[in-house]
Amino acid sequence: MAMTTTSPLDAAVLKKDFPLLVGVESHGTPIVYLDSAATSQKPRVVLDAMETYYETINANVHRGVYEIAEEATNQMEAAREKVRRFINAPLTAEVVFTKNATESLNLVVGSWGRANLREGDIVVLTHMEHHANIVPWQMLAAEKGLELRWIPLDADGHLDLTDLDALLDRAKVLAFTAMSNVLGTLTPVRRLTDAAHAVGAVAVVDACQYVPHVPTDVAAMGADFVAFSGHKMCGPTGVGVLWGRAELLDAMPPFLGGGEMIRDVRLEGFTCNDLPWKFEAGTPPIAETIGLGAAIDYLQGLGMDRVRAHEIDMAGYALRVLNERFGDRISIYGPTVPEERGAVLAFSFDDLHPHDISQVLDQHGVCVRAGHHCAKPLMRVLGVGATARASLYLYNDERDVDALADALTAAADFFEL
Amino acid sequence: MPGLEDLYREIILDHYRNPRNRGELDVPPATRTEGYNPLCGDEIVIFLDLDADGRISDIRISGQGCSISQSSASMMSAAVKGHTVDEVRDLTKAFKAMMSIHESSLEGEADGAEDDAAALADVKLGDLEALRGVVKFPVRIKCATLAWNTLAQGLNEAGGS
Repeated sequence: MAMTTTSPLDAAVLKKDFPLLVGVESHGTPIVYLDSAATSQKPRVVLDAMETYYETINANVHRGVYEIAEEATNQMEAAREKVRRFINAPLTAEVVFTKNATESLNLVVGSWGRANLREGDIVVLTHMEHHANIVPWQMLAAEKGLELRWIPLDADGHLDLTDLDALLDRAKVLAFTAMSNVLGTLTPVRRLTDAAHAVGAVAVVDACQYVPHVPTDVAAMGADFVAFSGHKMCGPTGVGVLWGRAELLDAMPPFLGGGEMIRDVRLEGFTCNDLPWKFEAGTPPIAETIGLGAAIDYLQGLGMDRVRAHEIDMAGYALRVLNERFGDRISIYGPTVPEERGAVLAFSFDDLHPHDISQVLDQHGVCVRAGHHCAKPLMRVLGVGATARASLYLYNDERDVDALADALTAAADFFEL
Repeated sequence: MPGLEDLYREIILDHYRNPRNRGELDVPPATRTEGYNPLCGDEIVIFLDLDADGRISDIRISGQGCSISQSSASMMSAAVKGHTVDEVRDLTKAFKAMMSIHESSLEGEADGAEDDAAALADVKLGDLEALRGVVKFPVRIKCATLAWNTLAQGLNEAGGS
């Protein structure tokens, strides 16, 4: 066992676990998938787990007393326990299944926020947040008259915490990303949650880009709420997670009303179900939660410490190759030290627009994102309208980075810049 | 499978590298209209001067975007300058029809489409024909139509009829 947890990942071998990465060609060439920050590819074991559910135990959960309904319920709840262990949450009941991280954050804002925040209350966010951790707060701010404050960035793409104490003064919420989906920046989560708690604020962590790539311990983070999505961590689309401290979740009003979330309904009103089902109205994404459980098994089989080590290597290799090869012609945003960031590289290249870059890259089978990455405030801070973004995962290797570099050369040649 | 040459015709690259009518005009008398492509973050600003006869006497384009949106804006500015608002509206319809009938109908402009078709047959697209290949790359259609949608909005705001 010691060997398997310390030896580096062999991405070229891992690719074979992912049907799309070995079985699909684009423009006559195998796909070089560099958009895992948008969504990861899915290993065969995840696809099989979902297919097996549909083929052998498809039934609604928490309702039927017949055998397959019980088995479906057991498997879904087993997936919840897998999530709990994966993020080291104290209680399984604190793991709420949602549609995605966006819904998880909307749940926090719409339930906890609406119940606990009043006119003039202060919510502190950062300049590198995804729209999912901005817009719900803006919506509630417009409704309630909240004040939003922003932690700025330094030149290297880290949070500038110089004025943190002043920003947090009288704040009720500090909501921030654990890893930027654009800059790759890892933020000092524990320092921030401690600072929030020192002023009595609730700490909300958007861990959507963090949980898939870094060993996660919500207890050690010291957070009150942590949100992430299944589909960026080898799981299917349609399932996300909100972890929250039980005493906060207990005191919160429900988010969506309907079946599953109630204990009793009378004509005069209703009473809520226990955690976590209180926040899971309606038939949940059963196959997807089981698929997420299989994804967690897969990641734990590899070892998240090895996943993180591989991505530090990949970020370092990509930074070195792209900077050596293109010099001043490429600007890669975010921290320059691989250990301080994830393997997500947003960049500007020559004067080429990201759309044009990605169009040429596509002809070479290289899949990258082009656009504002749902972080328009950050784009304005960086002074760009959009960037290209290559994001790597456990199945990417040096050859994928080389293919990106070759395709960038082809793009520059095509536009004769 | 369409190749890059279908999308990036030489005249498009020329307008991209050497955009026409780039800059700003004093507001007022000019009007200023902003357009956005939320998908890719492209932004365009169109400055319009209309003379007493309802002609576009001057036009300037600023903002940032990809080669398709920039060249489409550049070619549009050259095509509409000196023309009446009515002529420009016909040209806009003809251009958008070339880009995608589907998109026009989505935006509720399908009414009387058949009547328009006859009228539009007379509209000369000229260099703008080079953008026809964009249709083969559906995600880029919005890039090509951004300037035109913004122009239409600008003409409405400028009170041209």
